[in-house]
Amino acid sequence: MITTSGLTKVYRSRGREVTALDGVDLHVREGEVYGVIGQSGAGKSSLIRCVNLLERPTAGTVTVAGQDLTALAGRGPRAGRDLRAARSRIGMVFQHFNLVSSRTVQDNVELPLEILGTSGKERSRKALALLDLVGLADKAKSYPAQLSGGQKQRVGIARALAGDPKVLLSDEATSALDPETTRSILQLLRDLNRQLGLTVLLITHEMDVVKSVCDSAALMENGRIVESGTVSDLLATPGSELAAALFPVGGDASAEDRTVIDVTFHGDAATRPVISQLSRTYNIDISILGAAMDTVAGRQVGRMRIELPGRYEDNVVPIGFLREQGLQIELVGAAAEARVLVKDGAK
Amino acid sequence: MTWSEMQPLLSEECWNTLYMVGWSTLIAIVGGLPLGVLLVLTDRGGLLQNVLANRVIGQIVNVARSMPFIILMVALMGFTRWITGTTIGREAAIVPLAIGAIPFFARLVETAVREVDGGLVEAVQSMGGNVWTVVRKVLVPESLPSLISSTTTTIVALIGYSAMAGTVGAGGLGDLAIRYGYQRFETELMWIIVGILAVVISAIQFAGDYAARSLDRRGGRSGPAPRLRLLKAKKPLAADVDTVA
Repeated sequence: MITTSGLTKVYRSRGREVTALDGVDLHVREGEVYGVIGQSGAGKSSLIRCVNLLERPTAGTVTVAGQDLTALAGRGPRAGRDLRAARSRIGMVFQHFNLVSSRTVQDNVELPLEILGTSGKERSRKALALLDLVGLADKAKSYPAQLSGGQKQRVGIARALAGDPKVLLSDEATSALDPETTRSILQLLRDLNRQLGLTVLLITHEMDVVKSVCDSAALMENGRIVESGTVSDLLATPGSELAAALFPVGGDASAEDRTVIDVTFHGDAATRPVISQLSRTYNIDISILGAAMDTVAGRQVGRMRIELPGRYEDNVVPIGFLREQGLQIELVGAAAEARVLVKDGAK
Repeated sequence: MTWSEMQPLLSEECWNTLYMVGWSTLIAIVGGLPLGVLLVLTDRGGLLQNVLANRVIGQIVNVARSMPFIILMVALMGFTRWITGTTIGREAAIVPLAIGAIPFFARLVETAVREVDGGLVEAVQSMGGNVWTVVRKVLVPESLPSLISSTTTTIVALIGYSAMAGTVGAGGLGDLAIRYGYQRFETELMWIIVGILAVVISAIQFAGDYAARSLDRRGGRSGPAPRLRLLKAKKPLAADVDTVA
């Protein structure tokens, strides 16, 4: 649905060059919620602004719904007719809502329809229907200043949907909201994604956002995408930074002669009680040092750090058992070093 | 001088002042509003970024603003004659009044429009709006309360300028105060005029503040008491008149 290839954005100011995007290849499939996560300055904002060409990329192409936007005439603010038409089919919600304070809630939702040239009657019918959809039917005549942050963002979402977009861009839409409101806004985005088949590209710096709504995610650092994929694929990738950040587990070995391993659950294995099977089959005591489990896109996924008695050499068989169950095992600390030694010894 | 002698003079000159100030305010808004918006749009980072155009417009505005009104009036005589066919009378006074007020109002518009949150501009662009949409749907409506305050300031400044319009035989309250009050020692009449001006200006300021506040939807809280605002607003206004006239 959204594809960028080799997307590069260089800002020039007073002879200095800053590379905000450095060859970003992104692929968002139709109907999924895709999260781009990164710290401030990683280039997330530039990326999302390049997708609807609010910023014109220095190099690379952006294709949305099969249309190559970068090929359309016009530059940034002075966009040509075709680019403006394409933008009206891409909804966008903002961190600070960007509602017009002098207009009522309903008039704010009608604004994109005014731009599209929709007739007055049709505009108000649609605006009221959208406000109903986001649960603000009773606030149509209020002004934005009279609403709470979460309500303002709901208006922002209703406004973004006015042009019947297939794609919704969310620029840190929940970053200015408290945790409770964040959850309700994310739930709304999720519902819209399901009900309307809306493709959502969101950028955020909060792992929780990715965890609670995203089907796929990408990690951005210094203008590059370091990792990307569906959340379960990322979990299945050994050493994935994103997976580790999504499901952080901690805890150190309680004594010298212990083996600490990280077990990643994804797919079918997550539904079976493997840990207790392991304990019964090999008659060993297992302590759980830390765990992070969650339901992502309807599936149980997560990671667990467990401690087995004895050194790595004593635990080769139980670890093999876990691997056979389709779990992914990573050795932590001393165990990881021990394995290297064992391997070297075998040579 | 008795009241029955003063009364017709006062009402006629009152009307003259209103006539001159009214028309020149109207022209100042028509000319100054687009100019002020253009100053913001052409500025660095603006939607119509054009540094050269911005400098040229800015420089013209600066030069016009720096000219004392009485000099502007003399300097524009040729232009005034070309427009109105004469250089004396109240129609002739409207030309320099309006031309003096356009850059003054344009600067105030620029400041007001600059206050509008850039995020709103981005939002309208993301909906597929063009520059004109941004101006019409966001920049002007969102800065309307400030634009009304700017208009109030401009009207008050124009009442100040209009006192000098007497030098081209345009009449007006200021002229009356000079001719009768100062030159003929009719001190009473002069004080009456001062009183009228004070009342008129207070009324305009009050009405302007009221309109600006009732249109302001930015905050839920109500503003400070009108009387306090009136006192506060007067100080910068006096300064404005000084720097322009």
